[in-house]
Amino acid sequence: MRVWKALLAVLLIGAVNTAYGADKEMKVGFVYVSPIGDAGYSYSHDKGRQAIEALPGVTTSYVEAVPEGPDSERVMQNMARKEFDIIFATSFGYMDPMLKVAKQFPKTVFMHCSGFKTAENMGNYFGRMYQARYLSGMVAGAMTKGNVLGYVAAFPIPEVIRGINAFTLGVKSVNPNATVRVVWTKTWYDPATEKEAAKSLLDVGADVIAQHQDSPGPQEAAQEKGVYSIGYNSDMATFAPKAHLTAPVWNWAPYYTKVVEDVRKGTWKSEAAWPGMADGVVDLAPFGPMVPKDVQDKVNAEKAKIVAGTQKIFVGPIKDQNGEVKIADGVVATDPELLGMTWFVEGVVGTTK
Amino acid sequence: MTFEIIIALLAATVQSGTPILYATLGEIFTEKSGVLNLGVEGAMIIGALTAFIVARFTGNPVLGFLAAGLAGSLATAIHGVVCLGFQGNQVVSGLALTILGVGLANYIGTGYVGMSAPGFQPLAIPGLADIPVMGPIFFQHDPLVYVSYLIAPLLWLFFARTRFGLGLRAAGEYPAAAIAAGLNVAAYRWLGIMVGGFFMGLGGAYLSLAYTHLWTTNLTAGRGWIAVALVIFAFWRPGRAVFGAYLFGGIMALQLRLQASGTQLPSSILLMLPYVLTVLVLVLSSWRKGTSEQPGALGVNIEPVD
Repeated sequence: MRVWKALLAVLLIGAVNTAYGADKEMKVGFVYVSPIGDAGYSYSHDKGRQAIEALPGVTTSYVEAVPEGPDSERVMQNMARKEFDIIFATSFGYMDPMLKVAKQFPKTVFMHCSGFKTAENMGNYFGRMYQARYLSGMVAGAMTKGNVLGYVAAFPIPEVIRGINAFTLGVKSVNPNATVRVVWTKTWYDPATEKEAAKSLLDVGADVIAQHQDSPGPQEAAQEKGVYSIGYNSDMATFAPKAHLTAPVWNWAPYYTKVVEDVRKGTWKSEAAWPGMADGVVDLAPFGPMVPKDVQDKVNAEKAKIVAGTQKIFVGPIKDQNGEVKIADGVVATDPELLGMTWFVEGVVGTTK
Repeated sequence: MTFEIIIALLAATVQSGTPILYATLGEIFTEKSGVLNLGVEGAMIIGALTAFIVARFTGNPVLGFLAAGLAGSLATAIHGVVCLGFQGNQVVSGLALTILGVGLANYIGTGYVGMSAPGFQPLAIPGLADIPVMGPIFFQHDPLVYVSYLIAPLLWLFFARTRFGLGLRAAGEYPAAAIAAGLNVAAYRWLGIMVGGFFMGLGGAYLSLAYTHLWTTNLTAGRGWIAVALVIFAFWRPGRAVFGAYLFGGIMALQLRLQASGTQLPSSILLMLPYVLTVLVLVLSSWRKGTSEQPGALGVNIEPVD
């Protein structure tokens, strides 16, 4: 009799537990560095948030334009205290504050984008944007007439340098004579300076402007000059419909959905994730009407290879600006090599300093 | 560098110098009346946001431009209330205005990021635009650049040739004497603050309606502070302010073009140039203190007369 009762109790608890697990209302918080209306980086993360908000049993909330540093620590602490199950912080400078808060709230899952530190309950993630940049380089290389491409870049850090290199390899795969000129602005979001930087590239003859920045300033400059542009982050066609060829874009929905499901099922483990095109995290925005069909087909064929894993992009022989072989013939660059990239490939005009 | 690139550089110089020029002339106007206003950055960014919102909802960029001036005046009126109404410290009040202005504009403006508004487009002046060299450099810009050409000479005329201008300068040089001469010094200082704020607001409007056609947080990106330094560089003279603003605009435009033309100089060094110049300017101007034309009572509050 007693055994039977105990058994029943165990079963009941089990049933309640499973039911609780399935129906548990998940609370997910997001911390953004810029306003979500910027059509840029934070906007793309917020699209991902909206996708998980649509899942049953998930509520989300976000705080935008949170400065990196102590302010972000307070915001994350506040979310953890309100018993959020997962907190996503999407800018590099949130890394150390998040690590601190993660230690104070061991039951909450913390996810940091674009950094390199992890903890028991804190994972980091980013996307292989270089794959989409390679494809956008193919488009730019096919569309240029003067064989000079301009690239307005934010800061000389590996993430940006890797993007410029992938873009240049894409350009050279269709147009070996083209060069890519780089101007650093040392800003992520200063539309006036970034537009001026694009204009300086137009003045030296660039006829396609690409960018690694969050503002549409460079797009405007290209449209006003009547040349082409490659956007970034999200489809920037609305800012320069006549210039915008395509853009390497983020699509966080599939990854965020996976993290939420993993946490709900209890299978989530802290890791450093670097998903790419095959996971749907990075993609290419729809082509502008001026991109010819044969170029579109060629790029789509290459995209299929990247998704299938047969095109790894950074495959030797790859030389640097001085003609020195950096990646030997047939060798595929490893992830640590890509994550620590500080040199430009042959064909880039500019310095990494 | 080819001839075309140098012409393009000089044209870009005028454009990137224009927002700084508006703000510098505004600050000169205020300081001439004896009031130091460190809130230029705040007034500028409030002007930039107001210009954008008004242009967006009325569809008329000219209304946006004028509204930006009024918003700049309103913002600096806070400085007037503190310094003229309550004899508050001008340095502290100006800094507070910058912090308030930037914070307020970012708070109200968050919802407007990423939207578009009608702005000013380049408009070549018939005849003048065709002059070789001078035409492309000075006369193929948007209308707001042409307006800025008029303001510096007008300010010079105002200070040098009008009774009103003389009164304003007296309020800044030697308020006690001005009061003894029967001038309403407080009224002149209010004028200095409000008109100065108007120009600062216009400088902000240039950024959101002409330079770019969008609004974003922190659009002014420190240009207001460069204007404060340029006032000292210009020895409080409108003509030299034009020179200074274009010098700064030129260096900003030059460093980007040096990079674009493939220089091997590290970009960090090039990006430092405008700020190195700011420091040099301040050092050099303080050496020439004897000949400086700093208003005698700059930053000194006037005591209420019983």
